[in-house]
Amino acid sequence: MASDTITGTPRADAEISGLDALEIAGRQKTTSRATTIWAATWPKLAALAIAVAAWQAVVWAEVWPPYSLPGPATVGQELLRQASGPQLWEGMATTLRRAAVGYVFSVGVGLLLGLAVARSRVLRAAIGSMITALQTMPSIAWFPLAILLFELSEKAIFFVVVLGAAPSIANGVISGVDYVPPLLLRAGRNVGARGLNLYRYVVAPAALPAIVAGLKQGWAFSWRSLMAGELIVVGISSTSLGAQLTYSRELSDAPWLLSTMIVILVVGLLVDAAFGAADQAIRRRWGVLDQAGQ
Amino acid sequence: MTSTATAPRGATGSVALRGVTKVYGQGGNAVLALDGVSLDVEPGEFVCLVGASGCGKSTLLNLVAGLDRPSGGQIELGEGVEPGLMFQEAALFPWLTVEGNVDVPLKLRRLPRAARRERIAELLRTVHLADFGRKRPHQLSGGMRQRVALARTLALDTPVLLMDEPFGALDAMTRDILHDELERIWSERRLTVLFVTHNVREAARLADRIVLLSSRPGRIIYSTRVDVPRPRRIDSPEIAAIAAEVTDRLRTEVGRHGQ
Repeated sequence: MASDTITGTPRADAEISGLDALEIAGRQKTTSRATTIWAATWPKLAALAIAVAAWQAVVWAEVWPPYSLPGPATVGQELLRQASGPQLWEGMATTLRRAAVGYVFSVGVGLLLGLAVARSRVLRAAIGSMITALQTMPSIAWFPLAILLFELSEKAIFFVVVLGAAPSIANGVISGVDYVPPLLLRAGRNVGARGLNLYRYVVAPAALPAIVAGLKQGWAFSWRSLMAGELIVVGISSTSLGAQLTYSRELSDAPWLLSTMIVILVVGLLVDAAFGAADQAIRRRWGVLDQAGQ
Repeated sequence: MTSTATAPRGATGSVALRGVTKVYGQGGNAVLALDGVSLDVEPGEFVCLVGASGCGKSTLLNLVAGLDRPSGGQIELGEGVEPGLMFQEAALFPWLTVEGNVDVPLKLRRLPRAARRERIAELLRTVHLADFGRKRPHQLSGGMRQRVALARTLALDTPVLLMDEPFGALDAMTRDILHDELERIWSERRLTVLFVTHNVREAARLADRIVLLSSRPGRIIYSTRVDVPRPRRIDSPEIAAIAAEVTDRLRTEVGRHGQ
């Protein structure tokens, strides 16, 4: 039957939904959550086991005397002993407080700086390359100056942490804003997003993956700077993780030293994992998750 | 399926170009992209712009869309009309769901939440994607993404739709179905459509009028009405005959650049 109207006929509706069903078939992959977690976990556990085994092998080979390099069992016992006492937790609290304060401030500075440079041609010409140069400067090289300026104080540590982290964060923002696809900007303008709204609805979300990458790198820099700072700027009242490293070395208490190192490593890894999870969540939403490399 | 929501009352979908000229660059490097293009598009008319590479088709749409300014001449739209623009790529926001994408223009127009939700549902029904609102763009096929882009553009409630080879990247089957869809939506909503394509058959299938542009500089060299009753089929003899006529003229124009 010939229809003389162009309003959607049931036949056309069926065609269109049929085509949709055919085209998106097989796009949804379902793997159970447990499988995913196990797939991500077992290589890590295996690597950990190999590392501990290698450590034990070196200890058994007696390359170093046991009072310099104790075995995993001794260090494990020390770690448990530390974990049941207040000292480790107080140290960790001090260190994490410094990390949080320094990092949050760095995020503020980095975001503002990055946005300013990304928007202004003059600022970019003036300090764009300097931000990258700052990033390559080893943070420990700032300490002599920081100590001259602020003496052996919290402020010196704070100064170096911010100098370490803020440039990475700013660079993340700059590259994020730079690489917003022009097509999305056109689309955004066309649906009525101008000025600040364009930033809110298009630029900010489009730049988010790069910004998170910058935040992650900024964290790594600030954690490293903080540890360097705590090793150098010891003697101020509280016992941070870094200070405990120094004390344990001075007391030649190798199990304490190694167990503190493990704590530092684990804290760093946990925060990094949190950033990794955020990054994955974003990439999954965007549909750019690399199935092989996750 | 009927739709109550159409263009705002009083806004007319006419598009008038008067001697529009566009020059890129300056001095010796200046390129004349458009040279004195005059075109009147009636409200509710479907006009296809056809031309070979370098005819300034996309330039013309950008000018009408207000994304660029003409070097000379005037472009007149109905009062307060801001045309919606669609590209070859759907250009959806990958961080938003299908609903979220359609919601952006509604949010920017400051519609209240309940009204927005209603509009989103209505628009997704219009493009036959009612069941896909929670999906993300990467989970859809190219044709479905292009329909989401259409819904997002319709959410602007503008009477003028500018389309820059919107189906150029799709396979023939999907394109045919989307032609039917676009024709239906155009007639239901009484839209004015300015549709750029280099596919002459597509132009003949869709247009009330085909306008042929020359290349470097872009000038209107030929214009013809397509008086074939709708609904049409792209493979019908009438459409083929019109397409053949336009193709001949297009080839003559392309050949002019070969000497």
